Amino acid sequence: MSLKILVPVKRVIDFAVKPIINKAQTGVETKGVKFSMNPFCDIALEESLKIRESNKGLVDEIHAVSIGPTKAQDILRTALAKGADTSTLVDVGDEEVEPLAVAKILKKIVEKQQSNLIILGKQAIDDDSNQTGQMLAGLLGWPQATNASKVEINGDEISVTREIDGGSDTLKAKLPMIITTDLRLNEPRYVKLPNIMKAKKKPLEKLSPKDLDIEISKRLQTLKVQAPPERPAGVKVESVDELIEKLKQVKAI
Amino acid sequence: MFKLPKNLFRPLRPVFRPTRLYSSVPLTAETYKDKVSINDKFKKLNDSDIEFFKGILKDESGLITGDDCLGYNEDWMRKYRGQSQLVLKPRTTEQVSMILKYCNANNLPVVPQGGNTGLVGGSNPIFDEIIISVANLNNIRSFDPVSGIFKCDAGVILETADNYLADNGYIFPLDLGAKGSCHVGGVVATNAGGLRLLRYGSLHGTVLGLEAVLPDGTIYNSMNSLRKDNTGFDLKQLFIGSEGSIGIITGVSILCPIRSSSVNVALLGVSSYEMVQKVFIESKKELGEILSAFEFMDLNSQKLVGQYLKLDHPLEDEYPFYVLIETSGSNKDHDDEKLETFLANQMEAELVNDGIIAQDESQLRNLWSWRESIPEASTMNGGVYKYDVSLPLDDLYSLVEASSERLRGEGLVDFEDGSKPVVEAIGYGHLGDGNLHLNVCVREYSKSVESVLEPFIYQWIQEHKGSISAEHGLGFQKKNYVGYTKNDIEIKLMKEIKHHYDPHGIMNPYKYITA
Repeated sequence: MSLKILVPVKRVIDFAVKPIINKAQTGVETKGVKFSMNPFCDIALEESLKIRESNKGLVDEIHAVSIGPTKAQDILRTALAKGADTSTLVDVGDEEVEPLAVAKILKKIVEKQQSNLIILGKQAIDDDSNQTGQMLAGLLGWPQATNASKVEINGDEISVTREIDGGSDTLKAKLPMIITTDLRLNEPRYVKLPNIMKAKKKPLEKLSPKDLDIEISKRLQTLKVQAPPERPAGVKVESVDELIEKLKQVKAI
Repeated sequence: MFKLPKNLFRPLRPVFRPTRLYSSVPLTAETYKDKVSINDKFKKLNDSDIEFFKGILKDESGLITGDDCLGYNEDWMRKYRGQSQLVLKPRTTEQVSMILKYCNANNLPVVPQGGNTGLVGGSNPIFDEIIISVANLNNIRSFDPVSGIFKCDAGVILETADNYLADNGYIFPLDLGAKGSCHVGGVVATNAGGLRLLRYGSLHGTVLGLEAVLPDGTIYNSMNSLRKDNTGFDLKQLFIGSEGSIGIITGVSILCPIRSSSVNVALLGVSSYEMVQKVFIESKKELGEILSAFEFMDLNSQKLVGQYLKLDHPLEDEYPFYVLIETSGSNKDHDDEKLETFLANQMEAELVNDGIIAQDESQLRNLWSWRESIPEASTMNGGVYKYDVSLPLDDLYSLVEASSERLRGEGLVDFEDGSKPVVEAIGYGHLGDGNLHLNVCVREYSKSVESVLEPFIYQWIQEHKGSISAEHGLGFQKKNYVGYTKNDIEIKLMKEIKHHYDPHGIMNPYKYITA
């Protein structure tokens, strides 16, 4: 048995950047803002690299795919520098792609690459959909283990531990399968210098949705994007009595 | 938007806690009784003085007495402790003026204090000097988004100023590890250098004007918005770096550059100090205008940071030296291309053995933390003797080797063995500015260690034509050592200026200059 791993990676506004809503209130301001790899995707990539490193000869190939604007190439170069072997960019321009369309595109890539293990972030930090992995599993008819906090490989069986309220939950499945990653699964590595140079020579295939026979159509319409109302400042009370009185005033007790 | 926890992958800078649980810091007047004694000419503070100050300040919170003064008496390294019984925190420049005028007339000595983050004991009293804290002078006065000229009170915290400027697309031309505590006025009074000096130059160039109160209560005001002004003496320069010896800075006008939209950070492993210098020359050639920091660190400094942050170093193997390079520019593609080409060339020429580049903002901050945490890591075993020196680049690191050898010769050093007083002498600093930080990390402060280090280090610096203070100042630590860097005529002129503005010597007495 050998693994052909597919890791989808998304280009998003850097998690350390405070998002600002644009003037037209149609979305988040993206001009002059730093973009990076979605942290959950970074964790998914790290996990695939770890699987390769701790199971000699098991992994045949790690293929990274990104669906996004031409600039998403930067994210793929990072993925290649971290250790992915090959990559595909599905260039959709500035079009926003909904999870179902993403899943359909990924299904085509899975077939093209003949992947038998897909590791992807449980969600992207821009739209927080947390749907793509699940939809892809539905389209492919594969078993899925979402929100992984630990992944173990035993022969052709993979067990995935997830953190749940009050404990943990372990799922087992045979290949092919889909895993989505949670925050505490691992800690992504830094990119080493020599690998940045090597990454420039690694394959990066560019496709359009048309090349894959996929029509991107939106099912959702964004009416308006607004910041949540600001929380009013708190008050300090001098005594317990005053606290009780205040709570009564606002009918909390 | 999904909000990720702040410490997503690695903890950022842990908060440094000056642990009060330890035994209290010995009094400076005790530790250094051979170096300093009280001047009987000064008047003792009495109740009527305190009543007078209450009348000036009006609100109670601006006046602190007795044991509550502790936090102002001690420095953060826990090396110095004064015995002041009175802290005044005026809210206006006029109040500062009235206070100083009274002190001057009554021969009451004062110590101006900002964020109390100094490294040479310059902002702490030695005996019972009155502490005048500018912490309540904390308003941002104005900002001109066209010229980039920023004006604020002296007590505005550096990070607050920088965040305000960031919202306007600008940057404060100075950055340092203590930015969350230090004051704008304090960094000007001490002419702090910091992490951006390589790019934006010293405060002697960026400060356009000052407001300061002289001992007799005169308010000097040159809060100009002029980049160019050739009309006689440039008096503000006297206050920049004079460490509160002729007046108290109450307001600052400073020219701020546009904040770079694209910032990259790389951390490199280098095999020798000679190679570090070569990489520096190459970085100036190839990175040119986008190079914004070039910091070097030795292996022991990184080992200590690893212990302090409880983390593995981001570079797998150990190297004798590490270099942190930061680029700041306006076009990410252009900067990435330049930096990657530069680094590839360095690897190919075998000047650099290994290296990593931050791929996102959190990695960028984490790489910086391996440089910025050194001062905190260096004190974690008990204390640190800090030497902040300028030296010709050739000799820069030899001072660390010479100091370490000397300590070893006396059998005082062991990185592991807790019975030895010294952990190690470590070296790091702003190579781009010829500025070395030699930190002798100790398990406890002791005269025997200090006498091995001083005046040896100062003599070494003099022989190698360096300066005994590049950016920390002289304060109390180097009060007797000015002569190693400044000649007799320079010292005489300095004394004359001091005497002219502060004839009674009430301003920051017992420090590097006396009237």
